[in-house]
Amino acid sequence: MMASISNAISALWPEPLRLVLFVVGIMSFVGANAAYLVWVERKGAARFQRRPGPTEVGWAGLLQPIADAAKLMSKQLIVPAGVDRTLFRVAPLLMMSPALMSLAVIPFGQHLAARNINVGLLMIFAFGSVNVMAIMLGGWSSRNKYAIISAARVVSQNVAYEIPMLLVVITMIMVTGTMNLNEIVLQQAGGFWHWNFFRVWVNPLMPVTFLIFYTCMLAETNRAPFDMAEAESELVAGAYTEYSGMGFGVFFMAEYSNILLGCALATALFLGGWQSPIGHLLGNWQSTIDVLIGLFWFLVKMYFLIFSVVWIRWTFPRTQFYGLLNLSWKILIPVSLFTLILSSAMMKLFR
Amino acid sequence: MKNSLKEIATGFNSLVTGMRITLGQFFKPSVTVQYPHESLKMPERFRGHIVLVRDPETGKAICFACKLCERACPSDCITVEGAKLEGAKKKSVTQYVLDFTKCSLCGSCVEACRDGAIRYSHEYNLASTNKDDYIMDLFKRLEDERLEAERLEGSPKSEVRSPKAEAPRQETKAADQPSTPNSQPPGTPK
Repeated sequence: MMASISNAISALWPEPLRLVLFVVGIMSFVGANAAYLVWVERKGAARFQRRPGPTEVGWAGLLQPIADAAKLMSKQLIVPAGVDRTLFRVAPLLMMSPALMSLAVIPFGQHLAARNINVGLLMIFAFGSVNVMAIMLGGWSSRNKYAIISAARVVSQNVAYEIPMLLVVITMIMVTGTMNLNEIVLQQAGGFWHWNFFRVWVNPLMPVTFLIFYTCMLAETNRAPFDMAEAESELVAGAYTEYSGMGFGVFFMAEYSNILLGCALATALFLGGWQSPIGHLLGNWQSTIDVLIGLFWFLVKMYFLIFSVVWIRWTFPRTQFYGLLNLSWKILIPVSLFTLILSSAMMKLFR
Repeated sequence: MKNSLKEIATGFNSLVTGMRITLGQFFKPSVTVQYPHESLKMPERFRGHIVLVRDPETGKAICFACKLCERACPSDCITVEGAKLEGAKKKSVTQYVLDFTKCSLCGSCVEACRDGAIRYSHEYNLASTNKDDYIMDLFKRLEDERLEAERLEGSPKSEVRSPKAEAPRQETKAADQPSTPNSQPPGTPK
C-alpha cells in the first residue's frame, strides 16, 4: 500500500507534496515517540525496581506524557539575567533538529524513506555532531557553573566516543561498500544469519563491532551509565539547570529522539533493518502487505534496542568520568581500530 | 595485553550478570502498597494511640475511672472522669479525653492500667488539618461505636454512616473492629 500510495502520489501530485507528507509523518513519529518513550522509561524503571510506575493518569498511566506536556507548557520560560539570549533559546532547538533531519534517510521499509540518498550514513553523522554543540551552547550560555562543567564534560565525552563510533561505521561502510542505508539493508536480506551482526565470515569480530556501536550510541546520547551531561547527583541538572518549562521539555524530547535515531540506525546497520529474521515469507518486498511486515520487523528490532537502553540505564550506576574516558580511549578505540584493520585485511585476502 | 584482555572479559561478564539480574526483577510482581488506595495492616503489637477496651459481656467500657493512667502519663495528656451509676458496684467512666497533640506514645498508661481497660490502637492514618481532631474523647467514641452497631443491627440497610463522623474516626473503626474480639490487652502489671 505504501509503495503504491507513494507511486500514486508521485504520479498525481508534485514532489513537494510528498516531502510535506514525509515531514509531517516523521515529525509526528518523533513527537509521539519522544513523548511515549518517557512513559516507557518510567514504566521500565518502575518494573526494574518492582514498582508499578505511573498508574494515576489514564489506564496504566498512559496519559502521563500528556499531563507532563501540559505541565511543562504552562510553566514560565525563564531566561536568567545576563545570559546570551539567542544562544540560550536556540540550544534546545539545535539539539532536537538533528534527530528530526537524520530520520529522513532512515529506511522504515524499502519504499518508506523520505529521502533515499547515497550518502545517508554520512549525513546522519554530519548532523549527529551538531548535538554536542547544542548541549555545549546550552550549558555555556546558561551562565551557571554547573552548566559549564557539564558542557565541558559533554564535549570531552562526545569527542572521545565519536572516534570509536566513526571507526565502527567506517568498518561497516567498507564491509557493505555503500553509504546508502537502504542498500545496506537490502544486502542483509534472507534470514538473520545474513544480518551484519552475524557476518562473521567478513569479520569475526562483528558482534563486538555492534557492541561498540551500541555503547558509543549510549554515550553520544548521554544516557546512563554515561549521563555525564546531567549527572543529577553532582551537577544539579547539568547543562539543563537553567532551563524551565518547555525549554527543558525540548531538551528532554531531544534526548529521546536521539535514542530513537541511534536505535533505528543500529537496526538498519546491524540488525537487518526491515528484513524479516526468518527470510522472505511472502513475495518480494513489493506488495503492500510486505511493506507493512517490513515496518513491523523494523519497529520490533528498534523497540527492542530502545528497551535495552532503558534496561542498561536502570542496571548500571553512572561511571566516573575518568572511567568513561578510559573506556573510550583504552578499550573502544583500540578494539575498533583493530576490527577496522582486521576486516580490511580479511576483505583483501578472501575476496 | 593478557591482563587487559582478562579485565575486559571479566568486566563484560559482570555487566551481563547485572543485566540478567535486573531482567529477572523486571518480571517479578511489584511490591508497592499503593498507599492512599490501600494501606498496610499493622502487626498485633503495633503501639498506636490508646483506645478503651470493651467488656465483651456488657458491651461497655471495662474502665472504672481509677485514674492510674492519668497519673502515669508523663505528658499529662489523659483526663479521666467517672461517676457511680445507680445500682452499680463500681464507678464507670464517663469521659476519657486523650490529648493526642501532647501524647508521646510512651505506653505508660497501658502499663499502669491494672484491668486491661485500655489497649493500643492499630490506627495510624491520623493526618488532619484540624487540631481538634486530636483531642479525642475515647469514651464518647466507644459509646458512638456501640450505638451505631446497635442501630445498624436494628435497621440493617437504613443508613450507612452518620455524616458527622470524620475521616480519621471512620478509619479507626474499620481498622479496629475486626481485631477487637481477639486482641488481648497487654498484661496487667504484676
